[in-house]
Amino acid sequence: MEFGLSEDQTLLQETVRRFVAEQAPLDLIRKIAEGNADAKQTITTGMDELGLNGVVIPEELGGAGLGMLDAVLVQECLGYGIVPSGFLANVVASSTLSRVDTGLVQDIAAGEARFGIALNDLVSRRDGAGLSAESGELSGTSMMALSAEDATHLLVCDGEGKLHVCAPQDHQILLTIDRTRVFAELKLSKAKSHVSVTDGKGALARACLLLAADSLGVSQAMLDKAVEYAKERKQFGRVIGSFQAVKHLCAEMAAKIEPCRAFIWHAAHALDMDEDEASVMAFLAKAHMSDVATFVARTSTEVHGGMGFTDLVGLHYWFKRVGVNRQLLGSPAQLRQMAAVAQGLVAA
Amino acid sequence: MDLTLSPEYTAFRDHVAKLLEENAHLAPGPEDKGLKHPKRLAWQKFLIGEGLTARAIPTEYGGYGAEPDILKSRIIAEEFARSGVPRPLAGQGISMLVPTLLELGTPEQKEKYIRPTLYGEMIWCQGYSEPGAGSDLASLQTKAVEDGDEYVINGQKIWTSTARQADMIFCLVRTDPEAKKHHGITYILFPMNTPGIEVRPLVDMTGSANFNEVFFTDVRVPKSGVVFEPNKGWQVANATLTHERGMLGDPNATKARFVELVELMKRETVNGERLIDNPLLRDRLMALQAEVYAMQANGLRTMTSRLKKESAGLAGLVVKLQGCELNHQIAGLAIDALGELGVLYGDGEHLRSDGSWQWRYMYDLGLIIGGGTAQIQKNIIAERGLDMPREPKLAVRA
Repeated sequence: MEFGLSEDQTLLQETVRRFVAEQAPLDLIRKIAEGNADAKQTITTGMDELGLNGVVIPEELGGAGLGMLDAVLVQECLGYGIVPSGFLANVVASSTLSRVDTGLVQDIAAGEARFGIALNDLVSRRDGAGLSAESGELSGTSMMALSAEDATHLLVCDGEGKLHVCAPQDHQILLTIDRTRVFAELKLSKAKSHVSVTDGKGALARACLLLAADSLGVSQAMLDKAVEYAKERKQFGRVIGSFQAVKHLCAEMAAKIEPCRAFIWHAAHALDMDEDEASVMAFLAKAHMSDVATFVARTSTEVHGGMGFTDLVGLHYWFKRVGVNRQLLGSPAQLRQMAAVAQGLVAA
Repeated sequence: MDLTLSPEYTAFRDHVAKLLEENAHLAPGPEDKGLKHPKRLAWQKFLIGEGLTARAIPTEYGGYGAEPDILKSRIIAEEFARSGVPRPLAGQGISMLVPTLLELGTPEQKEKYIRPTLYGEMIWCQGYSEPGAGSDLASLQTKAVEDGDEYVINGQKIWTSTARQADMIFCLVRTDPEAKKHHGITYILFPMNTPGIEVRPLVDMTGSANFNEVFFTDVRVPKSGVVFEPNKGWQVANATLTHERGMLGDPNATKARFVELVELMKRETVNGERLIDNPLLRDRLMALQAEVYAMQANGLRTMTSRLKKESAGLAGLVVKLQGCELNHQIAGLAIDALGELGVLYGDGEHLRSDGSWQWRYMYDLGLIIGGGTAQIQKNIIAERGLDMPREPKLAVRA
């Protein structure tokens, strides 16, 4: 009985944290937000060198042979530094395909295959979006696809909840509040389905949990920044962090964030152990983390006062990251409904 | 991460489960009222004899004498919860005084008090808070003046639970009015039947007197009741407050209440529709379930820290604040879900769950305030957890 991280996991965390701090400073993130492709490539190259795309891929297929718990630790670090990357999409694709198409998974580990994912059909269909699969060919559109802009392969979900791998065709960029990451509307026309997996729910649970971990990292960063600022900024002859009004805001953020960390670890472990509760936990973890992150984003900005509102400080990049994470692949209310259905409390 | 139990612990769990199942008939029922009902004392004796309570307390003081083992304690607590068999006694004497005496008591104090306390023969109350000393406990004013081998105590305590039933009190008194407030306090034990002590029940918003006020008028008590040293009472009290905060916010108790709420919402109908089929109520239920998961995981994490003898850091500091708030919200949703029947309180035809949701909603608010208010908890989280500066002290002392 031990609830916590192993030495290797702590080391992995430290490695990625250091990479993010050294290789992905805010200046670089700003360049990425302005559309600088070289800046983005720096991140991709760095992550490839660390072998991060292979975290959950079995060793015999060229990966690190680790699990979702390790993946959420990496994702948390990426969220902390608001690093745009294909990590989430690659982890979801490789864990979905590990028993189905080992060749493709090997390519992901080697950095030769880069996945985009479009799972929106499992959660919401708007403005006529939706993918249909007929005689092995996929047609239609899917909104808010992740990492599709420079993908070599797509993992998509059709209207019946089946997953398919296909080659990228046309897509249209959807501009969001978060310009550091690219979101796209896929437009497929008779795209050949190479691989099909019957149940997409596992992939959705993994994607949700990774988004939750990302928001955890963002929240921790926003808390750290607020505390740091409150210890430096002086008003009325005192640092503002000595005022209870400010201290209590910081304490509230910490009190809400800290249990989320244990919850996300627990949910990741449940996915690794293939427990019955795992999807319910993943959906609820994202729903809850999103609510906490929304509170933290707003509160941290308030602690920063007027500076939190400026572009100069750049806090808004973190604010926008959780704003988007919250709506992606299920809003909190949608996910809570899915959790109620998944544990049989109500009919689907 | 390994959430499985080793064979030793699995065997221990089976052993505990079997013991409880086979001996449940010995346990006192709701009709066996009174803190010292013979059936309650006999049950306690049985549980100590089997190592299901007072487990790590040395046999010379009446305990079971096992090595401290947090995991086994947790397994025992879980098996009591799972089986529904009445738990061991757990008054403030057992949960707070005994650990303090074990750490700081004289051999005579240990010898005299620990055994009867464990066996439920000696009931204690805690004399800490005063009308003018709540969150700022160290400003307490109940005076103890030396007179030969005795102290003469004058003053008043409040929020004293079980004061009417108590044989003894562990009490904080001011012995040096000249010293700085934390340095003039003494922790002292004395009998509640000492002349000059008056106990008045304090009726609270739940309608019952869960607490009391205790008045001291020229109460003469022997100096031998001092624990540790005179004027070192603040250190002694801090040892016990740590034990109290550990008691509040137990995630397993929260989980049990959540499960009760789910059952209620599946069972109850309004206009022919199950409460759980109402999407707004269900959304709130699921939001609470997420928080229950989070606090359970946080509990496993802090337990692991204790097993490794490491500080749990922020994860430990947030437990009281988050746990008490979550309990309150669970009761709040149960009341909302019950609609107009949610306000019924006291015996009656349409009453649900014996009115316990209303009772909890009110009592839990008391727990949010008691044992360190939510605001004090936030100060602690900010100062100890986030290393933020303390509130500047006022230049002038009152």
